[in-house]
Amino acid sequence: MRPFAYERPDDATGAVATVTADPDAAFLAGGTNLVDHLRLGLAAPSTLVDVTGLTSTGITDLPDGGLRIGAGVRNADLAADERVRARYPALAQALLAGASGQLRNMATTGGNLLQRTRCSYFQDLTTPCNKRAPGSGCAALEGWARHHAVLGATHEPAEVACVATHPSDMAVALVALDAQVHVLGRDGERTFPLTELHRLPGDDPSRDTVLAHGELITAVDLPPAPDAGHSTYRKVRDRASFAFALVSVAAALTVEDGTITDARVAFGGVAHVPWRARAAERALIGAPVTEDTFRAAAAAELSGARPVDSPRGGTGFKLPLVTATLVATLRDLTAREETA
Amino acid sequence: MHAELSLTVDGHHHDLTVDTRTTVLDALREHLEITSPKKGCDHGQCGACTVLLDGRRTLSCLSLAVAHDGAEITTADGLAPAGELHPLQEAFVAHDAYQCGYCTPGQICSAVGMLDEAAHGAPSVVTEDLTGDVRLDRAEIAERLSGNLCRCGAYAHIVDAVSEVAR
Repeated sequence: MRPFAYERPDDATGAVATVTADPDAAFLAGGTNLVDHLRLGLAAPSTLVDVTGLTSTGITDLPDGGLRIGAGVRNADLAADERVRARYPALAQALLAGASGQLRNMATTGGNLLQRTRCSYFQDLTTPCNKRAPGSGCAALEGWARHHAVLGATHEPAEVACVATHPSDMAVALVALDAQVHVLGRDGERTFPLTELHRLPGDDPSRDTVLAHGELITAVDLPPAPDAGHSTYRKVRDRASFAFALVSVAAALTVEDGTITDARVAFGGVAHVPWRARAAERALIGAPVTEDTFRAAAAAELSGARPVDSPRGGTGFKLPLVTATLVATLRDLTAREETA
Repeated sequence: MHAELSLTVDGHHHDLTVDTRTTVLDALREHLEITSPKKGCDHGQCGACTVLLDGRRTLSCLSLAVAHDGAEITTADGLAPAGELHPLQEAFVAHDAYQCGYCTPGQICSAVGMLDEAAHGAPSVVTEDLTGDVRLDRAEIAERLSGNLCRCGAYAHIVDAVSEVAR
């Protein structure tokens, strides 16, 4: 592991200035992903700038009825917050479906959003990976592809191919719930929809997000979604607990007289980003609450899907799995609405 | 590059100088010779290194010591006064909740932290009613301790031991 200096500036502005000025510096928050990356040789910063205590660890009510989540709020504290549990159950469930009790005590809201893919080839320095070593190729395309993408990936040309997925559960719920992210940079603060934070691999898979070096997430806002009290998160994985999603679905629905009048849906485990399923939402809104509607919504979202077809397995299994998971999630949600 | 820091471990204050790359786990084991937290995977996947850091169960292998200057740490060694056992330690003995024992200190620290979380009403992903009371049945205990692997497979007895203390 490369030696590094450790700094703890007085405030977030100082932390941003320090990292912005040094291309080799990195922010440190909970450390659950970065410390592992230091050890694996995936990250080799010259300076770690600890932002613990520099961004808010509070969850505050917004005047419009929403919530502001400080970037320093631990995943466990966010999941346990009574307002989150009552008003944004999909978010509480997504957080609780992620990682382990110990990790949730350490990981922060900002860090969770910025964690990197767990693609085994990305994490293995001996294999080609365009995300880790741009231009070297993508080992997953002919390798053991299971946790890889079916939507929005880059399959060719070889020197920019990337089929990695974003690993966060929390982010999937947050994009479904129309969260906004606050980012502090050298030139001040900007706020934008969380759906715009992560980027598809395109022709530069090395970049996970639109953030410039030195920009720091300071908070995430949840709007007061009228249907958010009827939201849920379902995660499908290879074992019952402490595993990343093969497929996950976050959904919130509003139903009036048997017709869906509002829908928010996002998928995890299928793309380089927490995937807001706009085509599925369009198919749901105005349609009756039936299983055929749910299936049609999945089909609409998956019409542009392209699984990894690897000689050692692939992600084709995710197409029926996305459909089944979405149908089960919406069936569960609408059954609860009927009894509510 | 080095850093000076202090840690209070199992009630004892320590001042130490460490390389900035040193984890809390290595500070405990290699600098302070406190070896009850174990190094299993060293990647945050097995839970053998679990300690209570400022009262919360934490993976010491993914925590940089320099970032925890002044922390209060409790290891499995310090859960009870010298010569005595914590109720969870007694229950692990009574229920034969281990085989090789390597994961046990982490299992017990994790269970102590978990019981405290549950006592404060924290739900888990298997909790039916997110806003209701927490009842620690076997499924809840297994889910809440899923960050601690036991490669001997003593899980059934671990759940027995934790169930007894949770009652």
